[in-house]
Order: sequence, then structure tokens, then C-alpha cells
Amino acid sequence: MKILTGNDLKTGDVTWWTGQDWSRHVEDAVDVEDHADTILREEEAARRVNVPYVIEAEQTEDGPRPAHIKDRVRALGPTVRPDLTLKPADPEAGNWVI
Amino acid sequence: MYQYDQYDQKMVDTRVEEFRDQVNRRLAGELTEDQFKPLRLMNGLYLQLHAYMLRVAIPYGTLNGKQMRMLGHIARKYDRDYGHFTTRQNIQYNWIKLEDAPDILADLASVEMHAIQTSGNCIRNISSDQFAGATADEIADPRPWAEILRQWSSFHPEFSYLPRKFKIAVIASDEDRAAMRLHDIGIQLIHNDAGELGAKFFVGGGMGRTPMIAPEIRDFVPADELISYAEACLRVYNRYGRRDNKYKARIKILIHELGAEEYIRQVEQEFTHMKELGLNPPVEELARITGYFADPPFEDGASDDIDLSDPDFALWVDQNTAAHKQAGYAIATISLKPRSGIPGDASSAQIDLMADLAEQFSFDELRVTHSQNIVLPHVKKSDLYTLWQKLDEAGLAPANLDLITDSIACPGLDYCSLANARSIPLAQKISERFADLGRQRELGELKLKISGCINACGHHHAGHIGILGVDRKGTENYQLLLGGSAAEDTSLAKITGPGFSEDGVIDAIETVTDLYLEQREDGERFIDTYRRVGMERFKEAIYG
Repeated sequence: MKILTGNDLKTGDVTWWTGQDWSRHVEDAVDVEDHADTILREEEAARRVNVPYVIEAEQTEDGPRPAHIKDRVRALGPTVRPDLTLKPADPEAGNWVI
Repeated sequence: MYQYDQYDQKMVDTRVEEFRDQVNRRLAGELTEDQFKPLRLMNGLYLQLHAYMLRVAIPYGTLNGKQMRMLGHIARKYDRDYGHFTTRQNIQYNWIKLEDAPDILADLASVEMHAIQTSGNCIRNISSDQFAGATADEIADPRPWAEILRQWSSFHPEFSYLPRKFKIAVIASDEDRAAMRLHDIGIQLIHNDAGELGAKFFVGGGMGRTPMIAPEIRDFVPADELISYAEACLRVYNRYGRRDNKYKARIKILIHELGAEEYIRQVEQEFTHMKELGLNPPVEELARITGYFADPPFEDGASDDIDLSDPDFALWVDQNTAAHKQAGYAIATISLKPRSGIPGDASSAQIDLMADLAEQFSFDELRVTHSQNIVLPHVKKSDLYTLWQKLDEAGLAPANLDLITDSIACPGLDYCSLANARSIPLAQKISERFADLGRQRELGELKLKISGCINACGHHHAGHIGILGVDRKGTENYQLLLGGSAAEDTSLAKITGPGFSEDGVIDAIETVTDLYLEQREDGERFIDTYRRVGMERFKEAIYG
């Protein structure tokens, strides 16, 4: 599947395209199939996202899992600071990245 | 320490307001990201993996307590309560909001700091010896010269759009603590046979994807012509550097392709011309700037005796303090490499404490080292025990300076958008594997440096043991290198062979250190044994 990601313009937070809006959680990302270019152009022009791009991901029981480790680190947060990730209460969250 | 004059302050304040306007225009949609990106980068603001990252310049790694406290304030108010001291003697914040950036720069400006020229193809923060002005082995204080170079290079109209970024280091002793020959220009202050002060110039060094050691291109430049000579070096580079290919755009490539001889010929020609232009700072200005770096009021007759009855303190004194030029004083290095810690990270509380301790014990001075530690340059020996106790309470007293756990590590794939592999977890695991301080001290001086990509921010080329993280079909893989040095015996490390998994490379390091212990002769450091025994013996041990 193909999903869209970028950063929030004001905060720099990593965001994912949900089909209607941008979420901080990769679990909310949807498959954009062949529509990536149109969505990216419109959303960036509207400043709802900054520097967006399309990536490959795998659909899993827990939602989309980016194909590349770099995007998995982006999705979770720094593996060396679990307290600063999106899942600070889950000590196993880092395993999802690796 | 240097203090801004009205011109410095005006320049920085003006830049803050200019950037505030640019940020507002970006947020209002008047600037696209393509238009805005070069503007934010000129102010040290990157977009990294998780958020905006702000890199703040710490000129030649020197700052006072008030400035350090401001760095803690920024960490607390605008970031996530910590900062990361870098291998360029700067500090980075990883979680900055764009809308906060102008206020942060205004806060920095209020203590004579900024983030200008911490990115982009310009002359970056000048780096220097963290022991400058304190060590007994320097022939002059390099800081006034670093400051003059800072002023000359700040907003230099001709050098704001160089072919590529440009890094300059200044040292003044034969012992190189600043990786001087791995800079685009390395300057070593020396005396000539007549006893006059001048500088030896090394040009064309660097790490990155094509590491090179800077060749000496002039054995003596009179001190009062130093700026003209640096200008001549830059002019030739600016004219002929490869703007067509980012990967061949550094001055090291130009000198390699031209040949040092031809580069020197052109620089000398340019230098002759430059000398006619009267670019060198007037004597009065040199004296004014030098005056800011006068010795603090040391106490005459301070005792050299230290009560070493506390064994942990004794270890710290032995490992983390260095000889001072003034009797009764020592240079103390605060290691930011606690067991399993993140190299170079410090919490806002730790930053505040270091500011307090600098004011209390070190004449209000701190230094950031390229090894991602902090130095208190002027500590009275009779104060060392109290200082150590306060550091220890805050987790700032690892006695591991220059040992295997005092590793350099770039932010790696945990933070950096350029990285291919994570560096920090590796540093943490090595720190765990070699946690026993007795074992570390048995191994002795061992510079371990880790980069998460070929750009080499973690200086892996210059590690006695270096590690380079690469991406192998989507999986992190680590190449092991041996034999590098950033010191006066500068050398570039060589790759041992096929790469390893994270655990595999740590095992390989243990194999390498075991072989060193088995093979070393009296007084040999790891690097000495490696150089004597050779790579093949180590490869056999690693790969069989």
C-alpha cells in the first residue's frame, strides 16, 4: 500500500494522511493508491502539511507499517527516548520499529 | 570572554526581526517551503525526522554561565527539557516549533548568542581547543584569533554562498585537541625562529564521504596577516570549487584535483593581492579583542595539594582533570557519557547546574568539546572535591574521559533525516558492555566514534575504533574501522571488512580490544599497538 506523510507546518510534528485530514498516528493512514500526487499538491498548497511525500507501507493487524525503518522511526519517535515517543507507556513499542 | 559591541548586537537583533518576518510570511502562505527553506537554514533551523531542529552556535565552544543557563531555559521552555551538545562544539534542540523559533532567537540574542551560519554553504562556527587559555602547552591563546575569524566570517558577503560548507579550526599547541587537520582550514599558531607569532596553515582536510587529512600549505603566516591569508585560501576555493557536484564541492576535493602545489601557487598569488587591500584588522582592534581574553584573577599561591582519600573522587581527578598553566588550578572535564546514556545529551537541570558550577568554580567560563563533553577550564584544586560531589549528585561525574565509553555518536537515525542507521543505541550498548571502569582504564585511551551515515558527523574516520552505520537492504548494518586519530598524529581509519549487526559489531569490538590487551607492549595505547601490529592481525581475529 502507499501512504502519505509529512510534517505539520507550525509544529513540525510528523503527520499521516487519513483520507480527509492529517493525523499524528500512522495507524490512521490510508492507502492512497494512485492519488498521491493530487493529494500532496492540494494539501501542501493549503499549508495543511509541509514537505509531504508518499511511501510504501504494509497493512498489518495494527494498521499500516512503513516499509522503511526511517519512516517507522518517524512514526513512533526516537527509539532511545521511549518517554518521547507516541507510546511512552509501551516498553515494547521500539520493537515495532526494528 | 568576548563581549558584543554595538555592531555585533545590532547585527544579531536585526537578524532576529528579519527572521521573525520570514516565519510570519511562511505561516501566512506568502512564502513556499522552497522559498523559505534556505532562509530558515541560514538561521540554523532544519526540518529533521520528528520536528524542526535548531542548531545554536557556540563560538569556539566558549560560553559563560548566563549563556549556558539560557541554553537550559530554551530546552525547558521550547523543547522537551534537554539539549544535545554536538561534535561541532554547538548545541542542538530536536523538538522546536516553527512559530517559536523567532522568540528563541530573540532569547539567544539577549545573551549574545545566535544560530547564524550553523547551516548552509558558508563559513560555519569556528572551532578551537577546549583547553584554550588554560593549558600550559599552548604558545598563545587561540581564542582571540578564533574571535577575529568569527567576526571576519560572519555575514562575509563574498563567502555567504560558497560551493559547500566550510569549517575552520584554530589551535595553539602541538597537542591537537580540536581535530585541526580534519577541517577545511586548520590553523596552528606558532612562533618562528625570530620568536614572532604567526600561524601554520593546513588546508583541505575533512571527513564526510571522502575523508582527507589537510596538507600543510604554508609553514608561517605572520599573525597580523592571518586574515588576508585565510581570505586568499577562501577566494581560490570560491572561484574554482565544484558547484556542479555537491559531493565534490568541498575544498579538499579541489586541492586533491588541482594538487596542493598548484593550489598553493594560486593562494600565494591571491595573498600578494590581498595584502594590498588592507584587510587585516588594525593593531588597536587586535588589542581590543585580545583584551577580552585576559587571564581571570587567579589566586596566587593556591595549593596544588588534593585530598584523594575518596577513591571515586581520586579516579575522577586522574581521568577527567588536566594540567593548568596556573599553579593550584586544574582543567576539569564534565563527561556527558554516563552509563547507557546518550552521548552529548544534557537535561535543562544539568545545563543549569553546569552554569552554576562555572560561576562558582571556574570564573564563569565553560567550554563545549568536539567530543561532546563540557569543560570547566579554571578550577582551583582545593575546590575540585566540592565540584565533583555536586557533579556526582547530578549524574555528571563519569570518570571516563578518553576511555572507550567516552564515545562520540551522531544523532543517527533516531533523529537525523540523513542517517541510514541508529548510532545512539550502539553507543549505549557499548557503554553497557564496557561498563566496568577498571576494565576501561585497563584499556586506556581509546577513542570510539560512531556515525549513522557516510556524512561522518560522528567522526568515525578519526576513531581509534570507528563505526559507520549503513543501510543494507532496509536493515541497519555496521562497518567497523580501525586506526583513525583526530589528534596531532592524525590518521584515517580503515574498514576491517564485511559489516555486522548491532550485536555483532559490539562483539567485534570486544575481540579487537582483547587482541590489543594481548599484543600491547609497555606504554602502548590501542592506536599504538594497532599501528605496530597492523590491520591484518586484527582482521584475522575478527573474521578468522
